[in-house]
Amino acid sequence: MSENDGQRFDRLPATPAERTVEGRVSREEVVDYFEDRFGIPPETFADYTFWEKGAGKIWIYAGEAPTPLEIEAIGMTCLRTRQEHWKPTTDFVQRFGGRATDCVIELDREEARAFATGEDQEIERWEGDWGYLIGAHTIADDLEPIGIGLYVHGELRSMVPKGRQREL
Amino acid sequence: MEPLERYRPIVDDFDAFLEACERPLGNAARVNTIKASVERTLEALEEEGLAYEQADWNPRVLDLETGSPGSTWTSFHGFTHGQEEVSAVPPVVLDPQPGERVWDSCAAPGGKATQLAALMDDEGTVVANDNNLGRISALRFNAERLGATSLAVTNADARNYSLNRFDFDEFDRALVDAPCTCEGTIRKNPDALDNWSEGAIASVAGVQKGILRRAIQATREGGTVVYSTCTFAPEENEAVVQHALEEEDCRVVDFDLDLEYSPGLTEWDGEEFDSSLERTARIYPHQNDTGGFFVTKLEVTA
Repeated sequence: MSENDGQRFDRLPATPAERTVEGRVSREEVVDYFEDRFGIPPETFADYTFWEKGAGKIWIYAGEAPTPLEIEAIGMTCLRTRQEHWKPTTDFVQRFGGRATDCVIELDREEARAFATGEDQEIERWEGDWGYLIGAHTIADDLEPIGIGLYVHGELRSMVPKGRQREL
Repeated sequence: MEPLERYRPIVDDFDAFLEACERPLGNAARVNTIKASVERTLEALEEEGLAYEQADWNPRVLDLETGSPGSTWTSFHGFTHGQEEVSAVPPVVLDPQPGERVWDSCAAPGGKATQLAALMDDEGTVVANDNNLGRISALRFNAERLGATSLAVTNADARNYSLNRFDFDEFDRALVDAPCTCEGTIRKNPDALDNWSEGAIASVAGVQKGILRRAIQATREGGTVVYSTCTFAPEENEAVVQHALEEEDCRVVDFDLDLEYSPGLTEWDGEEFDSSLERTARIYPHQNDTGGFFVTKLEVTA
């Protein structure tokens, strides 16, 4: 097993058996995670590839590229691995979280506003799993994902990154 | 406005032109169809109580009536992206198709690169390059906010751009939205003309010629290259395209654009240009109440 090279993009192996880099997740594990945790159908990702650059930082990409690849970015960061609880990014959740059926917490107008501002808030009504949830609200008649939150002990902590937080 | 006097002989209704240049611009935004349809976006804007007007030539381009267009739910969700109306023209003229390989040679901060991705239904490869590493962080931020997954971002000098980093050796289309003296942005940036000089024009024109030539070389035969600037100076517009016609295998082709504009020049300051330069478009601020722009569509012929 070789070490991860944090300076370049490497395409994820299809399955854990094909892994050649220590600690690197496989495409199968990433797709399974999105399905198991959020109910996002695996076929959603049929035309995408997954990559690692930076330890544990996973990127999702729709274009063509050889592996390895030393450029600034491909597609978008989607998931943080190499830690006990994997954490999806807010931008990924906004782009693909509309297909989620599980671990989506619906927020009312004021809650949604607080969430987008980066505030933590007490929300007692949630009876689902603890951990990372997709915060969503209704806009133009449909539920729309806002970003990622962490739910523990009756509190929803907004994980919307500082640069993405807005007063709305 | 003094530097603009040199355009008196080439601009119809020069007084209206000057008057428009002195009026500030409104808040324009583009609907990002990667995140939401035009219908849904308009409904979301209405829900927020934000008034808008759709551009006649492009239903995805909006004039927003708000003092803070970045602090709206539509912007937060990436349904809209602040982008000047004329700056949405070059990607439309380039007309990229899903699945293609497209190069945006000077892509930061990413408004046009993400528009290219949206026009391709975010399917294919948009290589978004910029030589300025600082501006690339803005490009990456915008790409992620707008959910563009088809972008590959590179940091290199476009004039000697290498395709070795990829598995393919030519693009289907390329956009050269060149660095320029930005005279046409005067309505947005009142200090745009502060450092104006003919020397600055001559110096940036050299860079423009280098980038356009590389874009033509890197595009397949039959492919399309769009050259655009946000300036009026013919030295940075027709003269650059003329240089490309002389040095590379390409020709100027017609395009449809449902905006008012003037044809490109065939002579300036004693220099004559090929008659096909008339097929390029000069968009002046008073014609559609926008910023100023220059757009050319080229077909690569070998």
